[in-house]
Amino acid sequence: MSGAKEIRSKIKSIKNTQKITKAMEMVAASKMRKAQDRMTATRPYAEKMRNVICHLSHAHAEIKHPFMIEREIKRVGYIVVTSDRGLCGGLNVNLFKKTLADMIAHDEQGIEIDVVAIGRKAVEYFKRRGANVVAQASHLGDTPHIDELIGTVKVMLDAFAEGDIDALYMVSNDFVNTMTQTATIAKILPVAGPADDQLKHHWDYIYEPDSKEILDSLLMRFVESQVYQGVVENIACEMSARMIAMKSATDNAGDIISDLETMYNKARQAAITQEISEIVAGAAAV
Amino acid sequence: MAMTIHLDIVSAEKEIWSGPATMVFAPGEMGELGIAPRHTPLLTRLKAGEVRVRDQRDAEESFFISGGILEIQPHVVTVLADTAIRADDLDEAAALAAKQRAEEAISDQKSDMDYATAKAELAEAAAMVETIKKVRGRR
Repeated sequence: MSGAKEIRSKIKSIKNTQKITKAMEMVAASKMRKAQDRMTATRPYAEKMRNVICHLSHAHAEIKHPFMIEREIKRVGYIVVTSDRGLCGGLNVNLFKKTLADMIAHDEQGIEIDVVAIGRKAVEYFKRRGANVVAQASHLGDTPHIDELIGTVKVMLDAFAEGDIDALYMVSNDFVNTMTQTATIAKILPVAGPADDQLKHHWDYIYEPDSKEILDSLLMRFVESQVYQGVVENIACEMSARMIAMKSATDNAGDIISDLETMYNKARQAAITQEISEIVAGAAAV
Repeated sequence: MAMTIHLDIVSAEKEIWSGPATMVFAPGEMGELGIAPRHTPLLTRLKAGEVRVRDQRDAEESFFISGGILEIQPHVVTVLADTAIRADDLDEAAALAAKQRAEEAISDQKSDMDYATAKAELAEAAAMVETIKKVRGRR
């Protein structure tokens, strides 16, 4: 019966694991709902901001803001947004894969790379890889505040303004739906909008008070809002990815338990059969 | 039918208005702006104050914004507000309290809060009180 006992203790330990994954699934599900609400609430601002910037890039202004001028690329910056915690399936791994492929492509052209890591996973990953991390932010929690991000973003903005980097990309997860999240790399600076025929003609804004000042504050806000939106969206992604991962872990645990139970029953049956045949053989011998 | 202009008011937290308007009034940094359809493109910063919207049925709605950026295209107006609240939801008592706090912070030299922040807060609170008064007066 020793085999049966071992199997029983195994079943017990897997059941405990299943309880944990089940609990994590439910926690992630409830957090996901809140994170999604937050994401949809902040989305209009980021979208409208993008629209305004798109219009702006079509304006024929007398002075172009440095953030809007394409330069020869010698050094690029990446803002990589990941989660703080693991156990969320392939979410972060996929993001790193995509980032790395893009970085290698830049590297082959002899372009140097700076990284801003947001989220503990990104901080650890890029430290391990020996990337040039210029700023980092982690432990933002489930309700990140824009204040906590401004500092790290400013590092990149200053670097761009001073000409240290010539392009800025943001890598984060895009929330498609609960089942799918896709890692995306978006170019933030220099800003460029898609072609719009309506805005082809020669026009410019009236700027109040003056164009430099207003463009400064507008573009600053634009980058901040894009990064903030990326972080908020990433949290929604993290929660739904964790929910899915934990759900499949719970299901797998259930499968293993039912397999082990069949094995246990078989072992028990075999032991009983053996006992009976021993008794019968013993009785026949008497 | 009257000509309309599409107006979006969004704050960092949520979208507060999206739809057609016949006239929009906003507190620009250089002075109050009245925006009718086909306004020339304009980009300005906004002060704390009241944004008024006149819709197609000639009804007016008021919003309080704490500052932000205004973009005007001939057929689209976008208000990117730092925070936006429907004027009817403003809390007069809270606004007055905030104003008083800010005034105290300015007069109290030993306070940790620096002068510029206090001044900005006072301007915001004062604008809020002003908006409430205006909305009350119109009713």
